[in-house]
Amino acid sequence: MSDEHLNGDANGAPPAPRGGRGEVIGVRHGMFGASNGGDTSGYGGLVRTVRLPGASERPYGGPRGEAAWFDEVADELEGALEEQGLLPENAIERTVVDRDELTFHIAREHLPRVARTLRDDPALRFELCTGVSGVHYLQDAGRELHAVYHLRSITHNRLIRLEVTAPDDDPRIPSIVDVYPTNDWHEREAYDFFGLVFDGHPALARIMMPDDWQGFPQRKDYPLGGIPVEYKGAQIPAPDQRRSYS
Amino acid sequence: MTSPTHAPAGVRETTEGTVYDVTGGDWDQIAADIAQSDDERIIVNMGPQHPSTHGVLRLILEIDGETVTEARCGIGYLHTGIEKNLEFRTWTQGTTFVTRMDYVMPFFNEAAYCLAVEKLLGIEDDIPDRATLIRVLLMELNRISSHMVFTATGGMELGATTVAIFGFRDREMVLDLFELITGLRMNHAYIRPGGLSQDLPPGAVDALREFIKKMRKNLAEYQKLCVGNPVFKARLKDIGYLDLAGCMALGATGPILRSAGLPHDLRKTQPYCGYDTFDFEVPTTDTCDSFGRFLLRLEEMHQSLRIVEQCVDRLEPGPVMVADKKIAWPAQLALGPDGLGNSLDHIKKIMGTSMEALIHHFKLVTEGFRVPPGQTYAAVESPKGELGVHAVSDGGTRPYRVHFRDPSFTNLQSMAAMCEGGQVADVIVAVASIDPVMGGVDR
Amino acid sequence: MGLEEKLPSGFLLTTVEKVAGMARKSSIFPATFGLACCAIEMMTTGAGRYDLARFGMEVFRGSPRQADLMIVAGRVSQKMAPVLRQVYDQMPNPKWVISMGVCASSGGMFNNYAIVQGVDHVVPVDIYLPGCPPRPEMLQDAILKLHEQIRTSKLGVNQQEAAREAEEAAKKALPTIEMPLSSEKKGLPR
Repeated sequence: MSDEHLNGDANGAPPAPRGGRGEVIGVRHGMFGASNGGDTSGYGGLVRTVRLPGASERPYGGPRGEAAWFDEVADELEGALEEQGLLPENAIERTVVDRDELTFHIAREHLPRVARTLRDDPALRFELCTGVSGVHYLQDAGRELHAVYHLRSITHNRLIRLEVTAPDDDPRIPSIVDVYPTNDWHEREAYDFFGLVFDGHPALARIMMPDDWQGFPQRKDYPLGGIPVEYKGAQIPAPDQRRSYS
Repeated sequence: MTSPTHAPAGVRETTEGTVYDVTGGDWDQIAADIAQSDDERIIVNMGPQHPSTHGVLRLILEIDGETVTEARCGIGYLHTGIEKNLEFRTWTQGTTFVTRMDYVMPFFNEAAYCLAVEKLLGIEDDIPDRATLIRVLLMELNRISSHMVFTATGGMELGATTVAIFGFRDREMVLDLFELITGLRMNHAYIRPGGLSQDLPPGAVDALREFIKKMRKNLAEYQKLCVGNPVFKARLKDIGYLDLAGCMALGATGPILRSAGLPHDLRKTQPYCGYDTFDFEVPTTDTCDSFGRFLLRLEEMHQSLRIVEQCVDRLEPGPVMVADKKIAWPAQLALGPDGLGNSLDHIKKIMGTSMEALIHHFKLVTEGFRVPPGQTYAAVESPKGELGVHAVSDGGTRPYRVHFRDPSFTNLQSMAAMCEGGQVADVIVAVASIDPVMGGVDR
Repeated sequence: MGLEEKLPSGFLLTTVEKVAGMARKSSIFPATFGLACCAIEMMTTGAGRYDLARFGMEVFRGSPRQADLMIVAGRVSQKMAPVLRQVYDQMPNPKWVISMGVCASSGGMFNNYAIVQGVDHVVPVDIYLPGCPPRPEMLQDAILKLHEQIRTSKLGVNQQEAAREAEEAAKKALPTIEMPLSSEKKGLPR
């Protein structure tokens, strides 16, 4: 556990991109969260690029202690998509292997077809979808909103992840409720919290927040909404208003 | 946005673009339409405050006589915003929040979250054996207490108050152990990224052995009380039917899936925390109904007790936190007048002898550790099904996003499939057999 | 001096107020208003070991119209608040409220968009019970304290007088904290 891949090496070299790749999702400034010149620690000038793991090269391998099935799944998926007349490189934007997990980044218009293939192809058989999780990358221009699906194959005992992105000004992703009916509530939840509009969902309404709520509370630009509290005579600001490490 | 009370559902064109209304229909219009049609429909609203729904669940039932023709859930009455709150706390502080999600199974929330954080950190192999064993021990004890709550509340909703009293009596025994080990009856925050907050207290092993003996005797009572009881059986049998195809489509896991005959249990298929080294069985039935789910949970309690026993036998002295001092909280904890905190001896030592230790201590507690960027998914088999955690880090000291895939939330979707076409009274049984906990559903 | 001396033995004099207080405190019917973690502890309090039946209140009423005590057990979300108020309004007078746990009392650790920061924004609270969740013993203690409060509560003109005094005192009380004006809220209207 160290920061060396973020901070550059000990010789003071500028932050090196992780192996020259990785998806830049933001830039961090300073260290102590003081942006108005109050930081006299000398760390105020720190600039760090935040990169998520980028595309992986073949062979993808497999999780530890298991057969190397990542390549098999990727091959089968590409083959099955080709059979349907869909160029795999159009549908699969990139494949990431990180921390023993396989992620396919899917172009959003092809998501339903890919999901159906993953569910129905006998060599893939991802029968169980564990729902969708929205993530809001505020600084990732043009692809701010991510929808992350985890698919589990009980037949083959495998787990993969699909990731789909949508820009903030067109937050539309095709619904996969007709492939995985379990995603009904999950997609409503992602809509409720992130404003992701799932096209083709039978009843995309708010599920957690009251129906007349304004805004999408778990976006990064939505405030936490806490109030200052009194503690032993002092006023403590809400957690998102406090100075914190950045 | 216009006032939702007057806005009919539909699409409007405005200068800013198309506006889609998702507010539901105009009530007057719906009432007028229904008045014109011949068939008499009654819509019954149960909840969100109702004695026989689990927590603040709202059920909207359309009934024809005593038959439920359509059933829908209204949820969100306990939405707490925990996932958002996590983003403003350090990774370690996160356990305090996640433990309050599904408050009937706190240890599973903590364990799933910590497994995800450890996977992000890449320290899965460095967790000491003793910490993992105690995690398994607590999770299995928690499975018993969770199933006890299912039995008790489920019984109470049927009017079987004896079962309720029995269930809470035995749950108290588990809670006593939790209190002995973690200091708290509920909401423990005991499992931390990297290990545990502290070791087992003296006397815990003896108490555990005593508990196993007592519980083995008590578990048999449920068998006698319920399984042979014709009234209990008649209320549960063939109620809440959901077969394998329905389970897979609706994503139901846990006892619901196993009552359809599929022995899917993450402890066996994707072992975590060394579950592959324990000797236990995954019970299944093929009845697909509430009675099958009840029997399964009874049997799972027996199996959990077996695992607890194996854990106690295997316990060996050792550390309960990773050796990496960049992650491990200074864990020389002791009970002070204001609760559990750092031991005064330790504070005296670091304040008196080592400036660096003091700085390190301060940094670790106030700033926390940094987690390399990336995302991961960790899943555990909770008493209710697959509890998954999708954790995203941006390299900071706080989570960027943590999403809980709660089994109660997913399983509750199957309520409509289980209840439609059945009797109103059976809705209660079906919902009880799903065992939803609203804290987990709404988070 | 007074009437007491003229009475034969075996008589006891008291006020209607005291008798009513005694009667009321011994027959409390709580409404089932479990919300979150605290609800589990509330159920535990009613079950075998802690046995609320000892204080004559083991019967939790399903209907608010038959209840006179609301134990708000758990975090109150923005969505639940109108429901809570409606249930409270449906309860007949006199009625009491125990705010069980820190979430109900002040929002607790969930200082965010979803949770009402204290149920006293919605209903008047008689007893605040801290803890996360409070132990069953603590709930019992709160209930006994409420019993004491009910036993000594005033009736009729005295009650009005007491209410007026309480309001005067509340008006004179200094605010414990100066709230800042709601600052610019980013990302809200979309």
